[in-house]
Amino acid sequence: MDKLLLLGDEAIAQAAIDAGLSGVFAYPGTPSTEITEYIQDSKQAKELGIRSNWACNEKTAMEAAIGMSYAGKRAMFCCKHVGMNVAADPFMNSAITGANGGLVYIAADDPSMHSSQDEQDSRQYADFAMIPCLEPSNQQEAYDMVHYAFEISEKYHTPVMIRVTTRLAHSRAGVVRREAVKPQNNLTLPADKRQYILLPVNAKRHYKNLIAKQEDLMRESETKGFNTLVEGENKKLGIVACGLGYNYLMENFKGGKCPYSVLKVSQYPMPENLLQKLYDESDELLVVEEGQPIYERLIKGLLKNNKPIHGRLDGTIQRDGELSPNSVAKAVGIEVEGGFEIPQIVAPRPPKLCDGCPHRDSYLALNEAMKEFGDSRVFSDIGCYTLGALPPFNAIYSTVDMGASITMAKGAAEADLKPTVAVIGDSTFTHSGMTGLLDCCVDNIPVTVIILDNDITAMTGSQKSSATGRIESICTGIGVDPAHIRVLSPLAKNHEENVKIMKEEIAYKGVSVIIPRRDCIVWANKKRKMLKK
Amino acid sequence: MKIDIILCGVGGMGALSSAAIISKAALEMGMYMKQAETHGMSQRGGDVQSHLRLSDEPISSDLIPEGQCDLILSVEPMEALRYVNFLNKKTGWIITDSNPFVNIPNYPDMADIEKEINKIPNHIFHDFTSVAKEVKNPKGVNMVVLGAASKYLKIDIEKLEDAVRANFARKGEEIVEANIKALRAGREIADM
Repeated sequence: MDKLLLLGDEAIAQAAIDAGLSGVFAYPGTPSTEITEYIQDSKQAKELGIRSNWACNEKTAMEAAIGMSYAGKRAMFCCKHVGMNVAADPFMNSAITGANGGLVYIAADDPSMHSSQDEQDSRQYADFAMIPCLEPSNQQEAYDMVHYAFEISEKYHTPVMIRVTTRLAHSRAGVVRREAVKPQNNLTLPADKRQYILLPVNAKRHYKNLIAKQEDLMRESETKGFNTLVEGENKKLGIVACGLGYNYLMENFKGGKCPYSVLKVSQYPMPENLLQKLYDESDELLVVEEGQPIYERLIKGLLKNNKPIHGRLDGTIQRDGELSPNSVAKAVGIEVEGGFEIPQIVAPRPPKLCDGCPHRDSYLALNEAMKEFGDSRVFSDIGCYTLGALPPFNAIYSTVDMGASITMAKGAAEADLKPTVAVIGDSTFTHSGMTGLLDCCVDNIPVTVIILDNDITAMTGSQKSSATGRIESICTGIGVDPAHIRVLSPLAKNHEENVKIMKEEIAYKGVSVIIPRRDCIVWANKKRKMLKK
Repeated sequence: MKIDIILCGVGGMGALSSAAIISKAALEMGMYMKQAETHGMSQRGGDVQSHLRLSDEPISSDLIPEGQCDLILSVEPMEALRYVNFLNKKTGWIITDSNPFVNIPNYPDMADIEKEINKIPNHIFHDFTSVAKEVKNPKGVNMVVLGAASKYLKIDIEKLEDAVRANFARKGEEIVEANIKALRAGREIADM
């Protein structure tokens, strides 16, 4: 078969389609978005009837995937690393129920925080839940591993995580597809009717099963070929190279000939026998992990009486941020002749709100309205509008996690901060803001929530927002007084009027909602082009 | 044979579509390739870059090691300088448009930028924007730069043209031809 030129994300998507997927469930988040988009745009997926609409958050997405697996079909869930936090509840408990139809979770991590608020490592979650985790080192492996993941998910009745990072998710390479597409599973309900009833009496039994499964999962890790130990002549150092760390290591040895023994790890649980062998025959170990030093810590243990183990913890590799060929070269003692020095005149060019972006007008109006209220602080959230924290706006003072603007404003109001204002996007509001607004209404907190409605999930590239057409009715239903739900058009010509409305609602001593509504400028252009066609 | 390229610019200037075109041509020629790029928040008017690696042998790292890059292709002069730590000091080339895209208050003086680029032994610093305008494709600056780079790419210009056709096919024949013209105009400058 011909090679397809695919992003790591796209290789995962194509593999899932070819592996008999019935549905993908996700909320957009960099660097995972392209997986679901690929399936949404795939003609083949459409013909096969694979469901692929966006969910309103990662928790609802994962639960729907678990439901599809319950019904016997193959389901995939995708998220960025912090999405795992939102989905953590169903995630942990789905390890206890186990899977029926193949159930694969894709977690796309973002070391170096290219587009995220932290660099948490999702392998930690897989270990926490005691489920298998696969960590592909290239696009072809990503394609092949999706097939394998569905197979072992059904064989051992367990959800399986595939963990990728930005560099693989957003890097293209040639990928060879399998010839035959596996047909989708038929609807088959769990044979054990109590499998998914996690009453303590059942859960205790299931948990023992999960513990018992670990032996099988370890055997898979030791023998299935995704983890390999290649012996080297020089026994001074043995190297454990996880995921992409393997590529950066091998980049430094032409022709792939590393003088040291190398254990390439792409499947967890960590293969203990292979690791023991490497440890026994090497004087020292180096652990190269793309992400946090999870396995370095585990290998090191708590006591300091073992052989030297190097990695991120002792500074052999930098403690945070992505690996690179150069950082790994340094760790194995290879001197690199670098390039030129970057001239000092090169200035940073941070991202900014687009020209014509509706958020610009909203922030200009908000900044003017807030002047009247002294040194109060505006809480905000995660989306393009987070860029309002930078000059020239300097309009917002928090961005912590999805939905936190409203609830943090509530807590601050309860600490007597006056006035309290939250700024959140339409899609983030339906993701995790609605329940916070309900808390405000139940406690009748004087807070003004500004829901910036640009008709789309903008930052990840114009995905459909679950909020579209529903915001006012959601707010009314939750209990906001309709007289204090105000819709504005964020345009320069309406500036004075918008400032006036904002001042009125900020001064109001109850829950108020302001909805500045105008299409994202990128989305408006896309729409125009689509209409032309 | 291997060639490591960094393509760069500011979000929305088309640096990434050049990367996709070279990748397609390379894959057609049966080469191994890896191309890492920036998505997400930084695309909003921030700096964007793509590491593109081509080789007749399998490639390990998605990222180019520092000091090994053969070619920096930039549609903006300050952006070209941002990645010179990756450039091979002896054999590396910079090919960049000379027109600054000023969307920050502290954009450096153009004379200083030119001075820094002149310190790199192998470079083409040219007003590719005017060339794009001359061939009536003002949005095709990235294609002109790509055309100029084709001389150093070790990829046949015909293969690149095929990839341009494939890349723009869904936008219609007119756009395909305009981009081919821009590509050829760029090549002429490199050949001069």
